Amino acid sequence: MSFLKLSHLEKSFGASHVVRNFNLEVERGEFISLLGPSGCGKTTVLRMVAGFEKPDVGSISIAGKDVTALGVRRRDIGMVFQAYALFPNLTVAQNVGFGLKVQGTARSEISARVQEMLALIGLPDKADRYPYQLSGGQQQRVALARALAPRPKVLLLDEPLSALDAKIRVSLRNEIREIQKALGITTIFVTHDQEEALSLSDRVVVMHKGVADQIGTPFEVYNAPATRFVAGFVGTLNTLEAEVIDAATGTVALGAQRLVLDRPLPPGPVTLGLRPEMLHMEGGPAYLTGRVMASDFLGSVVRVRVDVAGQILALDQFNSTRRAPPRVGEELRFGLNPSDVLVIAPAG
Amino acid sequence: MTRAAAWAILILGAIYFILPLMGMIEFSLSMRRGEYSLDAYRIVLADPQFRRTFGYSVMMAIATIVVGMLLVVPTAYWVQLKLPRLRPLIEFMTLLPLVIPAIVVVFGYIRLYNTSSWLPLTGSLTGTNILLMCGYIMLGLPYMYRAVDTGLRAVDVATLTEAAQSLGAGWGTILWRLILPNVLVAVLSGAFVTFAIVMGEFTMAALLNRPAFGPYLQLMGANRAYEPFALATIAFAITWACIGAMQLFTRFSRQGRPT
Repeated sequence: MSFLKLSHLEKSFGASHVVRNFNLEVERGEFISLLGPSGCGKTTVLRMVAGFEKPDVGSISIAGKDVTALGVRRRDIGMVFQAYALFPNLTVAQNVGFGLKVQGTARSEISARVQEMLALIGLPDKADRYPYQLSGGQQQRVALARALAPRPKVLLLDEPLSALDAKIRVSLRNEIREIQKALGITTIFVTHDQEEALSLSDRVVVMHKGVADQIGTPFEVYNAPATRFVAGFVGTLNTLEAEVIDAATGTVALGAQRLVLDRPLPPGPVTLGLRPEMLHMEGGPAYLTGRVMASDFLGSVVRVRVDVAGQILALDQFNSTRRAPPRVGEELRFGLNPSDVLVIAPAG
Repeated sequence: MTRAAAWAILILGAIYFILPLMGMIEFSLSMRRGEYSLDAYRIVLADPQFRRTFGYSVMMAIATIVVGMLLVVPTAYWVQLKLPRLRPLIEFMTLLPLVIPAIVVVFGYIRLYNTSSWLPLTGSLTGTNILLMCGYIMLGLPYMYRAVDTGLRAVDVATLTEAAQSLGAGWGTILWRLILPNVLVAVLSGAFVTFAIVMGEFTMAALLNRPAFGPYLQLMGANRAYEPFALATIAFAITWACIGAMQLFTRFSRQGRPT
């Protein structure tokens, strides 16, 4: 039986239907990311789990107990907010111990737990500091310690890295994952950053217009997107409009060029998806040819834009001192593996 | 505008404000013929009625501040958190005391709470004191509410509340341990203004027949020459001390904080 279960959740604000028939089962200790653009309903789902919003329809259970009607205070959740939300009038130690104090825990126990938490987040010497004396990254680590101190059943992270600069974001996300694994706490992480979601999660829920478009491991979501939206939102994807000319072998026509996908396809127009990193200069089992429109040197990667039968494809190759990037206007023959080509379902 | 013209305007303005004050202070020191003395102050401070009325007004001011704070802080907090749409209405209501004369309010009170009414507050001293305190709260409301509201706007009230709730805190804990400490400077600013208002208030105290400092000032003014000026100077000093304390608290609270 799943540890956290969201069944048929629906939520509207006025005329706006924000969450539609949302279902999710999370195992104990699992790290799940809700990924999607602004307004997709991911934060609303998180807030319904926290108890800040009441679902119009559906139920939420934690550890087998229906908590749908329970208030925030009784749900036994820990939450970390985008804006840190540390209590400015309390020291770091008081912030971390706040939840325990509210519970009526003995002072000595609070003190020990606070020390343990501060050691866990690597800030054992900052106990007496006030939030304004800490950097953004430190504040968010304290917020994490504060959420974890009362030993909640579920940890909810509402875009906790969004307010931080890029370098700290990467180090803190790794730290969050390590702490989560060490404590084995069931975690829901809301983000609009696909890289964060893919790198941190056991499973990713890609949300679009209030619906979970796909629930799967990062590998599945990236390599086998279930919908056109997922394919476009997660990672960079080239889309190519083609025509199936042989349904049995999956041969498609791109202008005058032919590509055999070795799988049966329904005849007629089809949309193909190709990740830039799946296209190789070195060649492959199949080939396409196009004219180089742009060649952008991005440091470790060179991104080349190629015109294939009137459609632009981005192609990534690792930077190499032995090979100069292709020149604009040059005719480029590049290889691909037909099994890497995604056939994207029509937009529903 | 030239620098000289700006200075001239500044000096003119300063003279406009300072000259009457200086005249008042000078006159309060002129009780003894031909020399300056503190006689008027000595007489006033030795007057048992002064001590009684001053003490009464101080107590009333403290009660007004405490009860006003208990009324205003949760209200402003709730409006900001749950009823932001009502903010214009609440602001309008808090401004009403500025446009409704105190005499109208106090007559309304007397009519509503007289001895033959359903709540005969004017029938006892305690009741009348409570009524006067309510009147004072109303007079201080525009300042108290604004100060607290401004203080609350500087804090992310909604997120702090949610963070506290997720940690198991109830409304009482949130208000007392998190919200109030974070708007304390604003509350104190409102409190000092309220204190100054209460110390000088005449109409309500006189019509409710309570021994406050305002009616005592009026009484002295009607019967003595130098002492009223000494009293006026004292009252002025209280107001300035309140404003000074507000500045001090604001500056003190900002120390060490990032700007």
